[in-house]
Amino acid sequence: MAITSVKNLKEFSTNNDRLEGAHTLCPGCAHSMIVRELMNCTDDNLVISSNTGCLEVSTAVYPFTSWDTSWIHIGFENAATAVTGAEVMHKVRKKKGTLPDNDAPVKFVAFGGDGSTYDIGFQWLSGAMERGHDFTYICLDNENYANTGGQRSSATPIGATTSTAQAGTHSYGKKEKKKDIVAIMAAHGAPYVAQLAPNKWKSMAKGFQKALETEGPCFINTVSPCTTEWRFDPKDTIHITDLATESLMFPIYEIIDGHELNILYRPKNIIKVDDYLGAQGRYKHLFKPENRHVIDLIQSDIDKYWTMLQRREEARI
Amino acid sequence: MAVKFDLNEREVWDGNYAASQALRQADVDVVIAYPITPSTPIVENYGSYVANGYINGEFVMVESEHAAMSGCVGASAAGGRVSTATSSQGFALMAEVLYQASGMRLPIVLNVVNRALASPLNVRGDHADMYLGRDSGWLQMGAFNAQEAYDLALCAFKIAENASVRLPMMVHQDGFITSHTAQNVYPLTDETAINFVGKIQPIDDMLDFSRPITYGAQTEEDWHFEHKAKQHKAIMDSMPVIDSVFAEFKEITGREYNRVEKYDMEDADVVIVGLGSTVETARVAAKNMRETKGIKAGVVAIRCFRPFPYEEVREALKNAKAIAVTDRSSPGGAMGAFFNEVSAAMYTSINRPIVTNFIYGLGGRDFSIEEGERIFAEQQVHADAGYITTEIQQFSGLRGPKLAFFKTERS
Repeated sequence: MAITSVKNLKEFSTNNDRLEGAHTLCPGCAHSMIVRELMNCTDDNLVISSNTGCLEVSTAVYPFTSWDTSWIHIGFENAATAVTGAEVMHKVRKKKGTLPDNDAPVKFVAFGGDGSTYDIGFQWLSGAMERGHDFTYICLDNENYANTGGQRSSATPIGATTSTAQAGTHSYGKKEKKKDIVAIMAAHGAPYVAQLAPNKWKSMAKGFQKALETEGPCFINTVSPCTTEWRFDPKDTIHITDLATESLMFPIYEIIDGHELNILYRPKNIIKVDDYLGAQGRYKHLFKPENRHVIDLIQSDIDKYWTMLQRREEARI
Repeated sequence: MAVKFDLNEREVWDGNYAASQALRQADVDVVIAYPITPSTPIVENYGSYVANGYINGEFVMVESEHAAMSGCVGASAAGGRVSTATSSQGFALMAEVLYQASGMRLPIVLNVVNRALASPLNVRGDHADMYLGRDSGWLQMGAFNAQEAYDLALCAFKIAENASVRLPMMVHQDGFITSHTAQNVYPLTDETAINFVGKIQPIDDMLDFSRPITYGAQTEEDWHFEHKAKQHKAIMDSMPVIDSVFAEFKEITGREYNRVEKYDMEDADVVIVGLGSTVETARVAAKNMRETKGIKAGVVAIRCFRPFPYEEVREALKNAKAIAVTDRSSPGGAMGAFFNEVSAAMYTSINRPIVTNFIYGLGGRDFSIEEGERIFAEQQVHADAGYITTEIQQFSGLRGPKLAFFKTERS
């Protein structure tokens, strides 16, 4: 059944299960919500690749697989290249008429965590985006190397404590700010780039569909709260995501053709970042008086970024 | 339909051009590559065949060799014929993905134009990159000249894609000495070539959605060992397939290939065992030794580096008295790796001949006929004495004082 509507969550969530529920992701992990939503967005055939990371190690442990579609994992860094290699082969075989079903539409999607997207796989991602392959890359951004026990990545926000950027008596945690991957991907001139969140499931589904329908390389950064490393109760994943989008720590927006910016979600009552940070163990130390300046800095950066997004949207350039 | 490419019965091609023509004639669907000296012309030429309609495939230049092999893995898992080329540092950068390609049993053909590994930086030919690939689970075949680079590239697709093999395969040729030296090459017609290679039959095709396939799963201590054992067995079992492909190739071209090549070995007492273009020089040296010194010299060349033909090496060398195994790669604190393979084969033979090791030709240092003759003469001294009269490992063709290591207990 082709999906034409995303109005009914119950119908949508049971629609087209190509990621089996049997996997070993942590209870409360947002990864499976995001991946299932992508796979529920389309009835087209899917070739999916994954970088090494939580999603990969939790869905394909021999002799089992959770993937009821074509799936490939090579290494930590090269999911974008793996899936675009398949995309090129699809083009040639379609031209030559050597596909098992020459008319069936196929979509090519790569998944990576923030470690493989922002850090180790950055070159492979950039190369695939520049070459203009017809594929969608989705980053499952949980802001740390969760699969290896919570090390800092260049997606980890300033002030968070991680195993390799620890808060302690002489440290407030990570000293560096998060890399702006969405802006970098937009700067590649990609036809569709967005930042989406699983609590705003309708805008996420629409964004995914837009990316799949758009010809050329599309990039989506998704917020994927990590119950284990962000340190919150597994039942609170969507609540934490709500705090992320209501505080504008994760603004929801898209950029078309590298310049046309649209804000996809505008909180009615913007909350202070304290509420978002305070709900997670990784930021607990920031609430000591000597670390207050870090929270103030985060808030000020959020405010500036939100102003920038709004001005860019108004400017229509 | 592709535009017809006019070929003469005899062409003057260098090894790179010869390999690229094989890719065109094998109707390779996708080449994903990154340029590096001296292998660049192979993929450049494929790109020009695509640009001019001589082939109906796709050429993608990516941002690194690691990405090149990653893309080849994705493309090969998507069911079509895939090839690329590299050398040296590019090969080293690919190393991670080489293991993944073979573990996934993807029949990619990689043309490796052998070149030294830095540091110091060096663009010339030695076998350091070839040795780096020796445990990667790929089949490895060596061409000694441009004709062989062409012939073996065609054979490689047929061997790698064979349903019982399904392993990636490297075809090696020596940087510059083979890759950039124009020689006579007798190509097949396009029709003969594609009929010989055949069409690829996809297995576990990612684009066959009636049968979803998972590539690159994880196995820990419960299954990893079984997978790697099966992979090793597949490599070992490729030997009869290689032999039958060579036999079929001989039928249509008259050109004979063997996993171990023997030259003047009928009655040879002293032997150089070599790889790559060195073999041709050693053959001239052997002839000279026979004609001028009456020394019964012969040459054994390893065509098939992986799977290593231990039994055939032992058979080829069973009557030899003194054997010089030549390694064109820095041994890094050990015997040459090739020496170790040949020694392992000969230790299990009945008459355990004398085996010594020569490290030579690093960074493209020329291996001369005179050098080959010196090595043969020294082997005759060992043979006459009945023991090794020098250190076991010597550096040959090195400037400055003689460098030699490892003493023998036999005297």
